[in-house]
Amino acid sequence: MTLSRTARVLLRIWAGVFLVVVYVPLAVILVNSFNSDRAFAWPPPHLTLHWWTSAWQVPGVRAALLTSVEVGVAATALALLLGTAAALALARYRFFGQRPLALVLVLPIALPGIVTGIALESAFQTTGVTFGIYTIIIAHATFCVVMVYNNVVARLRRMSGSAEEASMDLGAGIGRTFMSVTLPSMRSALVAGALLAFALSFDEIVVTTFTAGAGTQTLPLWIFNNLARPNAAPVVNVVAVSIIGLSLIPVYLAQRLSSDAGTTDSAAAGH
Amino acid sequence: MTTTSVTDRPEAPAGPTGHRLSALLHNRPGLRLGGLLAGPVAWLGVVYVGSLVVLLISAFWTIDTYTGALIRSFTLTNFETLFTQSVYWHIIGRTVAIALAVTVFDFLLAMPMAFYMAKVASPRSRRWLVVAILTPLWSNYLVKAYAWLVMFSNGGLIDWVTKPLGLGNPGLSTTATVITLAYLWLPYMVLPLFAGLERLPDSMLEASGDLGARPWYTFRHAVLPIVTPAILAGCITTFSLSLGDYIAVSIVGGTTQMIGNVILSNVGSANNLPFAAALAIVPAVIMLVLLAAVRRTGALDAM
Amino acid sequence: MKTRWLRLAAVSAVALTLAACGGGSGTTPSGKPAAVPSIAMKQSIGKGEGQLNLVAWAGYVEYGQDDPKVDWVHPFTKQTGCHVNVKVAGTSDEMVTLMRTGQYDGVSASGDASLRLIYGGIVAPVNTKLVPNYADVAPYLKDAAWNSVDGRMYGIPHGYGANVLMWRSDKLPTAPKSWSVVFEKNSPASGHITAYDSPIYIADAALYLKAHNPSLGITNPYELTQKQFNASVNLLKQQNTMVHDYWSNYLNEVHAFKAGDDWAGTSWQVIANTAQSEGAPVKTIVPSEGSTGWSDTWMIASHAQHPNCMYKWMNWIASPQVQAQVAQWFGEAPANPKACAYTEKGFCQTYHVKDYAYYKRVAFWATPIASCGNGQNNCVDYSKWTQAWTDVKG
Repeated sequence: MTLSRTARVLLRIWAGVFLVVVYVPLAVILVNSFNSDRAFAWPPPHLTLHWWTSAWQVPGVRAALLTSVEVGVAATALALLLGTAAALALARYRFFGQRPLALVLVLPIALPGIVTGIALESAFQTTGVTFGIYTIIIAHATFCVVMVYNNVVARLRRMSGSAEEASMDLGAGIGRTFMSVTLPSMRSALVAGALLAFALSFDEIVVTTFTAGAGTQTLPLWIFNNLARPNAAPVVNVVAVSIIGLSLIPVYLAQRLSSDAGTTDSAAAGH
Repeated sequence: MTTTSVTDRPEAPAGPTGHRLSALLHNRPGLRLGGLLAGPVAWLGVVYVGSLVVLLISAFWTIDTYTGALIRSFTLTNFETLFTQSVYWHIIGRTVAIALAVTVFDFLLAMPMAFYMAKVASPRSRRWLVVAILTPLWSNYLVKAYAWLVMFSNGGLIDWVTKPLGLGNPGLSTTATVITLAYLWLPYMVLPLFAGLERLPDSMLEASGDLGARPWYTFRHAVLPIVTPAILAGCITTFSLSLGDYIAVSIVGGTTQMIGNVILSNVGSANNLPFAAALAIVPAVIMLVLLAAVRRTGALDAM
Repeated sequence: MKTRWLRLAAVSAVALTLAACGGGSGTTPSGKPAAVPSIAMKQSIGKGEGQLNLVAWAGYVEYGQDDPKVDWVHPFTKQTGCHVNVKVAGTSDEMVTLMRTGQYDGVSASGDASLRLIYGGIVAPVNTKLVPNYADVAPYLKDAAWNSVDGRMYGIPHGYGANVLMWRSDKLPTAPKSWSVVFEKNSPASGHITAYDSPIYIADAALYLKAHNPSLGITNPYELTQKQFNASVNLLKQQNTMVHDYWSNYLNEVHAFKAGDDWAGTSWQVIANTAQSEGAPVKTIVPSEGSTGWSDTWMIASHAQHPNCMYKWMNWIASPQVQAQVAQWFGEAPANPKACAYTEKGFCQTYHVKDYAYYKRVAFWATPIASCGNGQNNCVDYSKWTQAWTDVKG
């Protein structure tokens, strides 16, 4: 599309301003992690490395980080299983209840978190399930499924299914076809879905507050509990900044993976 | 073209059992479908929807105001209170207004950015831009909200900028809530828009231009129809996230109350789950109506 | 096909509902005083069960998670073998909800939660003979309205504090001596007032009206007739037009006072100390009308899975040295005055320990229930307070 020179320049400026706006609060967090004032006075009276050096000795944070990772991995794994299964069913078959099922899959993230939270919490309570890491995993998997589903079903709809038919014509069994033909072509969608699911689970707070039990803290819960503690609040900023830094790697990798597949797609579609 | 026998391959299904299972599944599509659906349906259909149904039912119960124990007998008291006391409708109205404002604001901010990323930026910078948009998602929601609290406070960053210009600082208020929520959900609006715009073939836009259509006409009649599902997906997500929020507003909202706060206070406070459930039905119904309305456009797949 | 799906949905809904319908307690409609459930009291303490699950305010159960030097849990575990898990709750109401799940052994309940826990059968009476340190607890905290019923003690007092009036001495050069600075329309702090974000704050308004509107006849700010209640709520609605924010996270309040967003409002001594240590010019006072306050009690769950560990904990937390640590960390008066031998100089004066006259002016949080002390049942109960609070904030 040929855009006028002005349009291009304006858009570029907009993008620049946009990025500045997005990153200013993150810069504030970064500055506050060096803020000597525990209640985040602005401007910071002094800068100090104290919080950075003491951050990782705070016992709660390492356990919380580990729990978050465990929950994220487990919920993502479950989401991959359920989401892929649902996507295969909905993309390759026609059956009654197709549309309601598609709707139900979206519900956990379309409905406000507090509704999902109190629904699951009372369900767990009435069925007598002990609250703990497993209830969190169940809750997270519930809304992570749609992340995987949407990516995989989009991918499956772009594949015609003829490759699978050919594979089976050549004598490969169902399992073989799935492992050697379907799965590899879905890989980028699975990775994208898995990454989104993990990110969603990692930062989730609302549903988690309702479904966590005694002694189980994910990182967002730890942050929630510690933003109220004067001696721990600045450490929260340190943790937040560190997580951002650490996340750059998987995010970049995932982007590499999915955009590589994306370009193959558009080439195949004959742009 | 020679057909290779599967049994020659070392990774072939071992023995006749594997073959039989495969053949059985191949001949019975219903069985395959059932196997695929069992998990998702059991999990989401029964457990999740079931828990929502129970929540709905509990909206028709009450609690004993003395001991707080549930009284499981059908009554419409909760809905009576909800409909007769005007404060709840003020709060619901305010919440919907905030959610709408955030959605519109985010759309206007995100659309040019998504367009730039999809159509103007070079492929290499596109990748970095996506990373740049995704990165804030990894910084914790609460920490970002607190950063805004620091900025909106008296003497904070916003005062630094606005005081020399003679402008006012909204301070902790409904305005601050809208701004903060808009900031928090920006990536959720940019990404679907970007994904949708990326799929727009350049060749079509060029053809439209070649045939004499002006940019605005092309936009309205060629771009928009294809991109509409993505727009709706972004809007629905942003709207839903804002509708149910209670954390950001409690941090930067000053005295502002949203429906989420009232639901929360009824779950934790007076332990009045039935009334909280009745309140929760309102945003749930709003979202269900919206979802049903956009179902046909395919927006749900883009979420 | 369609009916099959509908039937499946219906069956699952019914199944879950039936599961939910097990064990509903027969209850009386509100207004009639229900009897306190009769729950047995422990008669002896055996060996520790090795674990303890607590619900507590932030800062009450420290195991070095905030400051490695602040830890009274590891010594407890070493002595008793009970490993402690703590769930921090932000409000009394959260605590009640958590205790109701039955997953916890004990809770540090404030007065506005304790009665609900007692009447709901969620906590059991405490056999104070099994807690040796109980004998040293200040007498005015024992057998109080918020922690005992029919002469039975339901917990071990932990500590107490008043909700003080805090103000910026540079913004309000004339030191306020009355709560009028947060309630009256012509207040110099209008637009910069803060109030506690909980329905229990209605009692603060009632306390103010007790002094300034005697014709209403308010005696106990937690036992209000409908007329007294309405007057209090109206006062708060008027206040709402002058309020800058409602706080429940005390770090937010420190921040707001430091930044100058808030100039006056209800607060805790610990918040004032934190703000002062960070250079904010704030002062505190218990105004002429008196204050509301909180007196926390450790209570044991009626079906605690680790009752021995809980009794050991209650004795531990009431011991003088631990009381001193806890009180100084959180910033409150210890329930056991013997702790003063272990606190910093001047601490017990600042927090008015053993100053009974000071604390008589404090109306400790209690759960408003329909049955008033006057033998009638026309007082407004807490569920109405909650609804009114939503109305106040608008």
